[in-house]
Amino acid sequence: MSAALVIAQSGGFVRERGGDASCVANDGFCPTWIADNLDRYWTPLLEHLYLVVVSVGIGFAIAFSLGLLAHRQRWLIAPLTGVTSALYTIPSIAMFFLLQPLLGRGNAPAIVGLAIYTQVIIFRNVITGLANVPGEMVDAASGMGMTKNQRLFRVEVPLAVPEILAGLRIAVATTVGLAAFAAFAGAGGLGQKLIVASLITFKSNVVVAGGMVTLLAAALDLAVLGFQRLLTPWRRAVAA
Amino acid sequence: MAQGGGGVILASALTDFTDGVRFIFQARESSAGTVQVGGLNEVGHMAGNHLLVSSLAVAIAIAVALPIALVLGHKGRGEFIAVSTSNIGRAVPSLAIIAFFVAFLGTGFTNLCFALILLAVPPILTNTYVAVRQVDRDLVDAARGQGLSEGQIIRTIELPLALPTIFGGIRLSSVNVLATAIIGPLAGYETLGTPILSLNVYGFTGAIGAAIVVALMTLVADAGFAGVQRLSTPKGLKVVKGDRRRMRFRPPSQRSAQSP
Repeated sequence: MSAALVIAQSGGFVRERGGDASCVANDGFCPTWIADNLDRYWTPLLEHLYLVVVSVGIGFAIAFSLGLLAHRQRWLIAPLTGVTSALYTIPSIAMFFLLQPLLGRGNAPAIVGLAIYTQVIIFRNVITGLANVPGEMVDAASGMGMTKNQRLFRVEVPLAVPEILAGLRIAVATTVGLAAFAAFAGAGGLGQKLIVASLITFKSNVVVAGGMVTLLAAALDLAVLGFQRLLTPWRRAVAA
Repeated sequence: MAQGGGGVILASALTDFTDGVRFIFQARESSAGTVQVGGLNEVGHMAGNHLLVSSLAVAIAIAVALPIALVLGHKGRGEFIAVSTSNIGRAVPSLAIIAFFVAFLGTGFTNLCFALILLAVPPILTNTYVAVRQVDRDLVDAARGQGLSEGQIIRTIELPLALPTIFGGIRLSSVNVLATAIIGPLAGYETLGTPILSLNVYGFTGAIGAAIVVALMTLVADAGFAGVQRLSTPKGLKVVKGDRRRMRFRPPSQRSAQSP
């Protein structure tokens, strides 16, 4: 173990900068401090967003492929579900530490860990989405002379899109929350401002950092929802 | 993390893990060399604290959420509450919840416990509500026709049939709470998160050791509740052998559950 592994506990964050000094000293909620220091939260916010986008992207690619594979090879469903749910059970903070001996500190253990957590959510939704495609549709596609692959990509996957994207939504919201712990892997993010004893008691900081995490989850959720509506115009037609 | 081939990395990783395991059983000098840290006594004490605050939070969450959800589900009211609780519970990151509690209500065992209860309620509430709603209404009508009171219907018909799904919710809550209790030290309460948060005292080895204990703890809790979930499934609802395609719990609407 090297000395570089020791967490920089304060993240180099100095509270006493601008704002009403007595309010800051009392851990208060100080609008002037927030106005003066808001610029220091953009970098953590971007780091957070980066972690979420990259790990959900990688996680989705893997889970989606595994889902398609298991849809063909049904026997794979049970073991893959078992393994991914067991991994999902491991607390994220523990996961970020347990990955460090192999991956070092920084973005690598954070992204790998976060991508692991998306597996169970996306995999399960891909499988149920594909399984819920009406049998008549699949039969009709076969009757039209489609090959197995054509049937999968032109009929089954498009019809499973709502369910797959529902999984993606849950994965995104969950990952935003878990990425708050990525600071334990040394990957920064908004969590870096919350896992420090001198900062977690400071109301102004908690409102900004905690609020940003919550808003980020809501914003990304809406983004995936919009994407889902864009991809499934037939659903809107029914709803209207 | 050493420079060199994959073998070197694997070997150093293995050393990190064995050191971590040794930390659990054997006390060692702290990073500053001033005190003894680790060993079964200290790790056991932290694990005990961890379990205490977690199980208390889950128990209170059950005591609060279960009766409410049973009554709401029985009456078929408050679907909006049940659904939005779970949505909000999923949307608000757990670290943000803890941070708000610590910053605005202060540190200490009680506040940490409150924050964990807040985390534990949504899955229990939603699962119980959904499970009760999924009980065949014909069964409830039949029970009512036989002269059972509403309370008896909840206790003898709906609760037993809903039990597996309810335990599913408790299982989810327990895992979440055990995971989040790691940040207990930030709320001023010593848990297995102490070596992780006080890395400068316990060193990387201590953090790995604590991470191993926490991970095992959640895996055991998860497996335990999965077992309870299976045992609590009434005989009539179990999958019939040779008819594996039939789901154990298929709601009338045939909709698949979407929440993890």
